[in-house]
This record gives sequence, structure tokens and C-alpha cells, in this order.
Amino acid sequence: MDGAWQGAAPWPRRGEAGKLAAIAEFDSVGLRYGTGAEVLRDLDFRLGEGSFYFLTGPSGAGKTSLLKLLYLAQRPTRGRIRLFGEELSEAPREDLPPFRRRIGVVFQDFRLIRHLSAFDNVALPLRVAGAREEEVEGPVREMLAWVGLADRASARPPTLSGGEQQRVAIARAVINRPQLLVADEPTGNVDAEMAQRLLHLFTALNRLGTTVVVATHDVGLIRATPGAELIRLESGGLVDPTGSLRNPPPERG
Amino acid sequence: MMLGWLFVSPADRRLLGASRFRGPTPWVIAIMSFSIMIIAATGLALADTAGSLSRAIEARYALEVPDGGKNLEALVSTLKSAPGVTAVEAVSQSEMRRLLGRWLGPAAASADLPVPALVNFDTRPGADIGAIQQRVRSIAPAARISAHRDRVAPLLGSMRALQWLAFGLVLLLSAAAAAAVVLAARGALDTHRFTIEVMHGIGATDLQLTHIFQRKIALDALLGSVAGALAGALVLILLASGASFVGELTGGASLSGVDFLLLLLLPFALTALAAWVARMAVLAALRENL
Repeated sequence: MDGAWQGAAPWPRRGEAGKLAAIAEFDSVGLRYGTGAEVLRDLDFRLGEGSFYFLTGPSGAGKTSLLKLLYLAQRPTRGRIRLFGEELSEAPREDLPPFRRRIGVVFQDFRLIRHLSAFDNVALPLRVAGAREEEVEGPVREMLAWVGLADRASARPPTLSGGEQQRVAIARAVINRPQLLVADEPTGNVDAEMAQRLLHLFTALNRLGTTVVVATHDVGLIRATPGAELIRLESGGLVDPTGSLRNPPPERG
Repeated sequence: MMLGWLFVSPADRRLLGASRFRGPTPWVIAIMSFSIMIIAATGLALADTAGSLSRAIEARYALEVPDGGKNLEALVSTLKSAPGVTAVEAVSQSEMRRLLGRWLGPAAASADLPVPALVNFDTRPGADIGAIQQRVRSIAPAARISAHRDRVAPLLGSMRALQWLAFGLVLLLSAAAAAAVVLAARGALDTHRFTIEVMHGIGATDLQLTHIFQRKIALDALLGSVAGALAGALVLILLASGASFVGELTGGASLSGVDFLLLLLLPFALTALAAWVARMAVLAALRENL
């Protein structure tokens, strides 16, 4: 399922100085819900374009909240966030949709629309972006074939297995060739074999130029992805106070 | 494009599932439309009747002379020769006696009974009523001229009040229909909250989402308002053909071509109102989210 799709074109990964251009920059970012305590505090980091990141940390550390900031479902209560080179922390809400279209999101609970077929679910981002129907058919069929669901195009989510739903959700997330792919516990509802297949899918996308951020507890998944960088969160803060990101520790005997 | 929302694609229509024409919205709108149709028709008929009655009596006067029955012919000829008088119609002695008979019984036929003279006459606009009265008083000093419009003024006032009451009720019912649409829009948004979240997440704009809901609610409103208006029209036709009391009371209440056109436009106006209200309600609700 991870070898056929060649629709995405890689984009420049490096700036003029040869350094990875930042796709996301967090500057002293904090987040609280309502009047509660801060769930994220003093986040300072940047995500390089075309890189692969794992976001880890114990339950309640703020991983999902951090991802929400990344895919523009939440605004920070303090600090600044730059995405795709634009300051979006206080951008008017009507300015956000074009940026959201550049981000693919895979949710732990898939978030597929139950009364739409797999085809229609995958086609949503293209249609939202204004593609004509004749521009939708081919890419969606190609994407469904890529995730191994060519023969399930007309099936609705309730009739699909958990793994199939996850693949539909991934197909939907990447159909628009997103620059940033964000996945929240994508292997939480699938078996080990399917988890490996999903990982191959993400690395294939990353090779095509997509910046990938995967929140996971699955250490095996992290270790199976050499070159990926690690963001560790604990109690709403980065574990490394300098904000530098680290490669995962080597696997021990 | 102002009406672009009417033409959302089949794929966009599938976003809301197969729930079209379900729920109470078309029924509520149908009841409102039916009521509006009946009340608007009544208001228009009242307006027309009051207008025609007012026009008919605008230049009509009554000449009354107590015990003037004997001078009736002289009064009629004086009126006919007066400048500005266009038509004269005397109520005959026998007719006056017949009318008086309702109160006096057989005594009304008595030759001793002084029967008043009553002559109705029409004038040209601007006619000098004072001069006419002077002429008449040269024959019958007790003659008194009164304008029909003064006598009918209370009735016309009541008719005008009822007419405005009807139009007010139309506005109130339209407002109630708009409120029902707001509730329907809120309900639809609640039902499809998950879909909206997903669509927002993948970059759909508020307007894209609004068009989908607006179209659905407008179609529900169109169905309801046309059905209600048809039922209302049926009742009006039955009333017009089967009941003559309206004609008897008002001297022939009827609707003009313009009135029929207005009534024909009502369901579409109600649909347009529903579509606009739905758009505003959905946009306002969506703006509460990020």
C-alpha cells in the first residue's frame, strides 16, 4: 500500500543557508482551556520542513493539545505560533481555512463522516479546495488504491474495519498533498502489523516532502523510524528546557 | 454569485445525509404560509373594499328635508340645475314610507304623516356645496346637506383598522416563521456538529458550510410555504365561490390582479426570508467556533 502513489511532488526542504526551513515555529507558547491551569507552557521549538517527528509523553502531558495548536483547531493563550512562515496566533478566523488546507490530520478516532462513502470521505479536502468533480475522481481512486481500499470505495465507515477506517482517514489526510501531516495516536486502534504498514505509509509521505508529526506512546514505532526526531512533553512543557529536539535513544539489547 | 448557494453539488448535498424534508420545519412553515395567505387575502380584500367604497362615496351627498316630501320634484330640478352636480337620485315617497314602515308599522302609510324628502346627488370634484345648499334652501329653508363620507367614516375607519391588523399579523407570522427557521438552523447545526468540525478541520470556510445548510432549509421552506399557500388558496376559492356573505356585507369584496400577484409571491417571499434568516443564523453560529 505504500509503494504505488507518486502524486506528490517534493518541495524545497532547505533555506538559502542550507538549514531546514521551518514549517512551524513556537515562541513561548502557552495554552489553557477556560480558566483552568495551563496545559501547555513555555513551548519554544521549530519544526523543519520535510522532517519526521514523534511527539511523546505520558497521558495528560499535552500531546493532543499541542497537535491542536499545530492543525489550527486551537489558539494559544500566550506566545506566538508561525506556520508556513505566517504568524497565525491571532490571525482572523476567516484567514485560517487556506492554511488548514495545507495540513493533513489523522485522528485516533478517525473522524470519518459516517453517512458518506469512503470515496466521498477521501474526496472531501479536494472538494473543499474547489476541485471540479472530474478532478476528484482520478486522485481519489488512486489514493484509495494506494491505501489498499480500491474495492471499498463505496463502503461507508460503519461497515469498514478499524484498520480500513484508519486508512481512509489517512487517505483523506494526504489527498491534498499536505505540507504538514499531523497524526494523533494513529496506531492506537490497529494491530501491530497494521501499525507497521501505517508507519511505512508515513515515511513514504515524508520521503515525498511532507513534514510528519506523529503523537504516540508506541516506543516500537519510534525505534523503527531511524532519523526521526523526538519531541517529549511532560506536564505541558518540553522535557529539554533548551527546546532542542533529540533523536530517539538507541534500542537497547 | 448571490444565488450560488442554490446550486451546491450533489457531493455537497450528501454531506447532510438523507434528512431532507424531515423534521418539523416544512410543517411549521406550511402552517405559517397557510395563515399568512388567508390573512393577507383578507387584508387585501378589506383594503380594496374600503378603497372602492371610499371612491364611490367621495363626491356623494344626501339632501334631507324634514316634511319636504311635497317639494320633492322642485328640489330635484333645483339640484339638477345647480353647477357642479353630475347626478341626482331621489328616494321616492313610496320608498320612504316603506322604509318608515319598519319603525312605524301601518301608521307610515297615513296621509297625515309628514314624510321627509331624501335626495342623493353626486358632484364634480371642487363643486361648491355651500352654493348648492343656498339654492336648495331658497325652496326648503330646513334643507340639510350631508356628505356620505362623513356617515361612512366610522365603518371605513374600522375597515382600515382591520386591514392594518391583517398586515400586522402577516408581519408577526413572518417573524414567527423566521424564528422557526432560526431554531431549525440551530437544530441542523447541532445534528451535524461533527460534520462541521471535520469540514472546518480540512479547511472549509464558513460560507461553504453555510451554503449547504442554507439550501436545505430554503428547500424545506419552499416546500412548506408552497403547500401552505396552495391550501390557503383552496380555502379562498371555496369561500369566494360558495359563500356570498362577504359580498353582501361589503358590497362585493374582491381581489384585484395585483392582489393575486402579491398572494402568488407570498410563498416565494417567505422562502426568501427563510433562506436569508438561515444564512444569518448559520453564519452567526459558525462564528462562535474557531
